[in-house]
Amino acid sequence: MTLTHIIFIVFAAITLLSALFCVTTRNMFHAALYLVISLFGVAATFAMLDASFLAAAQLIVYVGAVAILIIFAVMLTRGGAGSLPAKQQFNTQAGLAAVVTVVTLFILLRVVPFFNYPVQVAAVPIDIVEQLGQALVGDFVLPFEVASVLLLAALIGAIYIARERRKGEEVEEG
Amino acid sequence: MAIPLSWYLIVAAVLFCIGIYGVLARRNAVGILMGVELMLNAVNINLVAFWRYLNPTDVSGQAFALFVLVVAAAEAVVGLALIISVYRNRGDIDAENINLLKQ
Repeated sequence: MTLTHIIFIVFAAITLLSALFCVTTRNMFHAALYLVISLFGVAATFAMLDASFLAAAQLIVYVGAVAILIIFAVMLTRGGAGSLPAKQQFNTQAGLAAVVTVVTLFILLRVVPFFNYPVQVAAVPIDIVEQLGQALVGDFVLPFEVASVLLLAALIGAIYIARERRKGEEVEEG
Repeated sequence: MAIPLSWYLIVAAVLFCIGIYGVLARRNAVGILMGVELMLNAVNINLVAFWRYLNPTDVSGQAFALFVLVVAAAEAVVGLALIISVYRNRGDIDAENINLLKQ
């Protein structure tokens, strides 16, 4: 048990426990904050896997942008507080959902860790971020451009869907 | 490389299952979206772990994880916009009450 193991276990525990609180807590605002902590733990896991660029991207995209979006959505919809009593936060199939979850987890844990993967012990190249940047405009230029078009479409679509319609506008569009 | 690959896979599997539970059991539509985000992150942990342990000199694994990140961000944006639109029109984002097509 080295220091690396202990750090891994601490961050894995933070990730999994806050994910568990995120899906079980009744207060949606607390759930959003737990989600942020969990995604931060995922970023730490990326950093432990020597994927420094992805760890930074995870922090900026999830802990920065998506977290703010989700907290905005929780507040704009009043956290569902106006519509639901606290104990009805889960639907009628919550018990069945727990069964499905446990069965899936059991199957995954029986199969996934014991497969004989061809593990290759090699150091990560020192210029991996530079290589990644060149690959994004080289080998992966088509997916890269498609991703940018997707982001533009999502941006325009989100603005169109979520904008406030003024009175009379429906008739004009009709 | 002191940590075995299977530890990362176990963490990702447990995180994925927590996400499944969130998607299946939540009534609040924002809560369902949070579950989807957890599942996407679990998949990304798997991708990066396999990149690091199976083929660390090739950047394809990291590039794929990056594209998953982009698509997840786009999905979150459109999903939350839809939820806000539903809330404006119906005053409620309980997934069991969004059944306009059934009536």
